[in-house]
Amino acid sequence: MSEVSSIIADPGKRAAAPILVLLALGFAAPLFAVVAFSFMPPRTFGFWHEPTLANYLTIYTDNAYISLLWSLALASATVAILAVICYPIAYGLVWVFGRWSTVLTLLFTIPLFVSENIRLYGWVLFFIKSGVLPGTLKTLFGLETGDFLFTPAAILFGMVYVYLPFMLFPMTLGIAMVPNQMREAASDLGASRWQVFREVELPLSMPGIMIGSLLTFVLAVGALAESKVLGGQRIIPITHDIEIAFTYAQNWPLGAALAVLLMLVVSVLVIAVLRRFDLDQILGRR
Amino acid sequence: MLETKRSLRHILIGIWTFAVLIFVFLPGATIFLASMTSSRYFTFPITSWGLDWWRKTFASLEVRALLSTSLSIAVIVTIFAVVIGFFGALAFARYDWRGRKLYQKIVLLPIFFPQSVLGLALLLWFNALGLPLSWKTAVLAHLVWIAPVVTLVMAIRVYSFDPSLEEAAMDLGASRWQVFREVTLPILMPGVFSGSLFAFLLSWGNFPLSLYTTGADTTLPKYLYAKMVAGYTPGVPVLGTVSTIGAAIILLGGYVVMLFLTRAHASAPEDESPDRSVLKASQ
Repeated sequence: MSEVSSIIADPGKRAAAPILVLLALGFAAPLFAVVAFSFMPPRTFGFWHEPTLANYLTIYTDNAYISLLWSLALASATVAILAVICYPIAYGLVWVFGRWSTVLTLLFTIPLFVSENIRLYGWVLFFIKSGVLPGTLKTLFGLETGDFLFTPAAILFGMVYVYLPFMLFPMTLGIAMVPNQMREAASDLGASRWQVFREVELPLSMPGIMIGSLLTFVLAVGALAESKVLGGQRIIPITHDIEIAFTYAQNWPLGAALAVLLMLVVSVLVIAVLRRFDLDQILGRR
Repeated sequence: MLETKRSLRHILIGIWTFAVLIFVFLPGATIFLASMTSSRYFTFPITSWGLDWWRKTFASLEVRALLSTSLSIAVIVTIFAVVIGFFGALAFARYDWRGRKLYQKIVLLPIFFPQSVLGLALLLWFNALGLPLSWKTAVLAHLVWIAPVVTLVMAIRVYSFDPSLEEAAMDLGASRWQVFREVTLPILMPGVFSGSLFAFLLSWGNFPLSLYTTGADTTLPKYLYAKMVAGYTPGVPVLGTVSTIGAAIILLGGYVVMLFLTRAHASAPEDESPDRSVLKASQ
């Protein structure tokens, strides 16, 4: 009872209550349900069976963990490529483009709101035989092109494309945190351009870069549409195995166990990175 | 010498940004081209242009039902997400309370989580609760992800909010409700606006959560996915173009409204300058 009255009295707790209730019922509870389900016997649909490790054993013996490794490898590659692609753009948005930055940011935001399968399908029509690219090459230069679609490289390409904004925007926030006087002071004291980058700009914008990388990695590890639409399922990511277990195979406990493995990786990473940062500082409390 | 090197670097950054921007919009442009052919299959260069598929798609009753389902979900999600996110943002950035730092991180967790896995977890959870899947369960699923995003978007606005304004109004005899209506809400209005824009658009375009939680009801992205996997229909590029252009218009229109809102807000304190100076003096 005193707990309830303290929530009513404290405006912070009161304001936090609705979203915390939502997340308790819609986020924490479902994840607990998944964990509980992963210990149920294969091909059962209730929570009231004797707990067992059978599903985890199946993952080990059937080499189902290979798809997890694929997902992790693809997500790591996505993060590395996007860091290189996005850094110059984020730098430009903060230091170079001036009043054009807002419009450019807006343009980079638009694709976020179009569902990823539509955009990936655009790439299919772009690369497919008699699509935009092969069609152009053929009419202009008479070139015949090999197939890019439905290869592992196409999956990676799609992931880089879909997750670009998730790297770009946190990175821009991070670079905006570097005080201009600090950069100028370093230059005035005789630091070369490379030294300014390595000793001042990179370390001070690290929080934004880390958060962008984390967000990109976590979302990319759960990527599903890329391999289905662009990759022709040449590589099976873990999300695909999970989906199959839940749908066609009707083996929910196995799907739950695979999901638990993925959740473990994600939560260890997220907690390890997020605990190091002060969000007030990054998001701009004065 | 140093200047030319600097401007060369800036030009290179400009070219790179432009190139990536083209890369970002290339699939959208391709989809648009594909929607403009009158033939059954897409071949490039296009030999027969036409708007036949646009007409056919919009005449279809199925498509109208889809649009109305997607729209209802997005509108309801927006209303709930904005109310929850508004208070969530105050707790995130405005009030100092014990547990705030932990709360900030808890709110981020659903954003830093693979959505396809969240969708399946919710499917399992709804099933365990015995809730039949429909567009209503999809609303709940969208909220789990979108309410935190809206909280974050609004929190950025709340950070720039000066709490002493509320205290001053209180000292001048305003009731709690008056303070909320006359001070807190108007100042945070741009945040509420951009938050609702985000909520609507993210729900409208969401695929991984809708895929598992809508049951027999179908949203636009889910329908398009089913069509894509089944084989080529020219209706897919048409609907894809509609949703891309729709998102762009809503976003750019929202940006213009936003400019007006901030301008109106920036000029407002001018009229009440005596109050402002009193406030400043009291700090």
